[in-house]
Amino acid sequence: MYKILKQIARVGIVSEPAPQADERLRLVEQQLAEAVLRHFRRSLAIRHVDAGSCNGCELEIHAANGPHYNLERLGIRFVASPRHADLLLVTGPVSRHMETALKRTYEATPEPKLVVAVGDCGCDGGVFGESYASCGRVANVIPVDVAVPGCPPTPIAIMQGILTAVSAARS
Amino acid sequence: MAPALPGIALVPVAGAVPAWRAEVDARQWRGGCEAAARSGGRLAALWASDERDRGCGLRVRALLALYEGLACLELRAAEPMQSYPDLSDLYACAGRMQRAARDLVGVVPEGAADARKWLRHGAWRQDAFPLRKDFQAEIAEEPDRYAFVRVEGEGVHEIPVGPVHAGTIEPGHFRFSIVGEKVLRLEERLGYKHKGIEKRFEQMTLADGARLAGRVSGDSTVAYAWAYAMALEGLTGTRPSARALYLRALLLERERIANHLGDLGYLGNDCSLAFGFAQFWRLKEMLLRANARLCGHRYLMDQVVPGGVACDLDRAAAKALTEEALQLKEELRNLRSIYYNHAGLQDRCITTGRLLPAVAARLGVVGLAARASGHAFDARAHPGFAPYDELRPNIASHRNGDVAARIVVRFEEALESLRLQRAILERLPAGELRVPLGAASEGAFGLGWVEGWRGEVLVALEAGAGGRVRRCHAHDPSWQNWPALEHAIMDNIVPDFPLINKSFNLSYSGQDL
Repeated sequence: MYKILKQIARVGIVSEPAPQADERLRLVEQQLAEAVLRHFRRSLAIRHVDAGSCNGCELEIHAANGPHYNLERLGIRFVASPRHADLLLVTGPVSRHMETALKRTYEATPEPKLVVAVGDCGCDGGVFGESYASCGRVANVIPVDVAVPGCPPTPIAIMQGILTAVSAARS
Repeated sequence: MAPALPGIALVPVAGAVPAWRAEVDARQWRGGCEAAARSGGRLAALWASDERDRGCGLRVRALLALYEGLACLELRAAEPMQSYPDLSDLYACAGRMQRAARDLVGVVPEGAADARKWLRHGAWRQDAFPLRKDFQAEIAEEPDRYAFVRVEGEGVHEIPVGPVHAGTIEPGHFRFSIVGEKVLRLEERLGYKHKGIEKRFEQMTLADGARLAGRVSGDSTVAYAWAYAMALEGLTGTRPSARALYLRALLLERERIANHLGDLGYLGNDCSLAFGFAQFWRLKEMLLRANARLCGHRYLMDQVVPGGVACDLDRAAAKALTEEALQLKEELRNLRSIYYNHAGLQDRCITTGRLLPAVAARLGVVGLAARASGHAFDARAHPGFAPYDELRPNIASHRNGDVAARIVVRFEEALESLRLQRAILERLPAGELRVPLGAASEGAFGLGWVEGWRGEVLVALEAGAGGRVRRCHAHDPSWQNWPALEHAIMDNIVPDFPLINKSFNLSYSGQDL
């Protein structure tokens, strides 16, 4: 126990300032009322869905939950069920084998069903494209509010995407 | 020296990998595989290709890992059923590979016990085969039915989990048959991430394929990119410089350290030691940022390229990496002492999720999981694998095969990789970063074999006309290791599954292709 406490004291807090929303990532205009958005900026529940990624984007989502980025301090947390989620964070080109599961996850999510597509594959199908086994970009399967490019996008870019989805700015 | 398989004339495969190949008939196919199994050989990969356009029918290939190196047996499937002799009685891991080859190419293992589909769900029809040259994409109408094995008895019930899981992980389906809290049986159903990677390769040039290879399983991007480059260099007769090989090893070891740090953090987290997650992910982030400074990419994607590498480091960068390695070594030793002396953590990990050495051997388990179950093989230790023949890595291993053993192996390997990184930086030879590729003649065949952080990654590449990919099969170690998870979970309690699963940390994307 002593060693753990010593290590915690020695390392201290490494969290860095959070990024701002980036309106360039937005695909559709903000539909939500100001009052609702104010609420979300204190408590936003996210369900991550990997719809067919190479697992690179998952590494950066994990990193966003790490001590440097510390997503939870912004009131943003990952939940275990879409029924508890306000926002879906979707990675990958959508494989045809995940199409039904992604649609069902979307249906199970209560309004406002915000969707952030993560990574080049989520934005446009990426290197995998569309094929007999791939539906391509996430927006081909469910409505997408914000798309974050990158292969994989950095934790900062992913955080910007999430914050943009709940920002009050309207295009 | 070529391996000896009865009645089979093996010819060398050009390139850096000690490998041989031979066309065989059905009798030699069985005989060769039986002889290999008797002498302690493993089945490294099995895949099929459509070669009807050049009069070779549908072809199945078995890649055997033998004492001398790799032996690729090539068999033409027999008409009219497109069948070939089953290997799953010799190599348990052949089962799923054979089922996948049937789904994708339509070759049938004769007499195989499990004839269910594997990678195919509902995206294409049962009688259509995506990797045949005349395949027409057509969405299947039939629903995806799959017969899970039912466990019967008083009080037995099932828990279906997935494909969308509770955490930030890849999709797959797990069917637990349990009584009380105890798991009697776990059955995996994978293939959700199948996105047609092998077909996609066939639309690409040999040079462009490197980018796709680096995205078969993102967490092993360096291992895949190197294996692909090795195969392509082999078939074009290209020899990368010593400097490029040393830099590749540097990138591969950094990938290993980053993944082991991440896993060690999550393994602590899964034992309710959130301290471990915060500490290890702090270290991992430091490493990733240093990667970004080194070559502009946190995970080193697209840095290993056919012919060499796309990044270099100067004296200042080398000094910074050496200092980082020394600091990481201190931090890791400190955290190792905390993990090893933490009663709660050890209580959760010792004896949990045991994969016994005999079971690991029977299943043909590879990589980190095999080393934690007493089988200390590692492609880096194979004679002649430059630059590791000069670096001489120490191979970590453990006999217990439980979660604790896989933690120990991760600590040891991360520390060894830090040592190797320092050795690489001290000896880094001069040379070209990237040499031009030789010409690829149509039909030329190359192999790549690299020990990624999870286990051995293999790439078999065949050139087509005009510098294009004719066929590329990328093989992930997860093919061998997913079935091992089904065994390791038996008789454990359901709440320990996330911990046991994490201790293997297998790739879905790499297996689903």
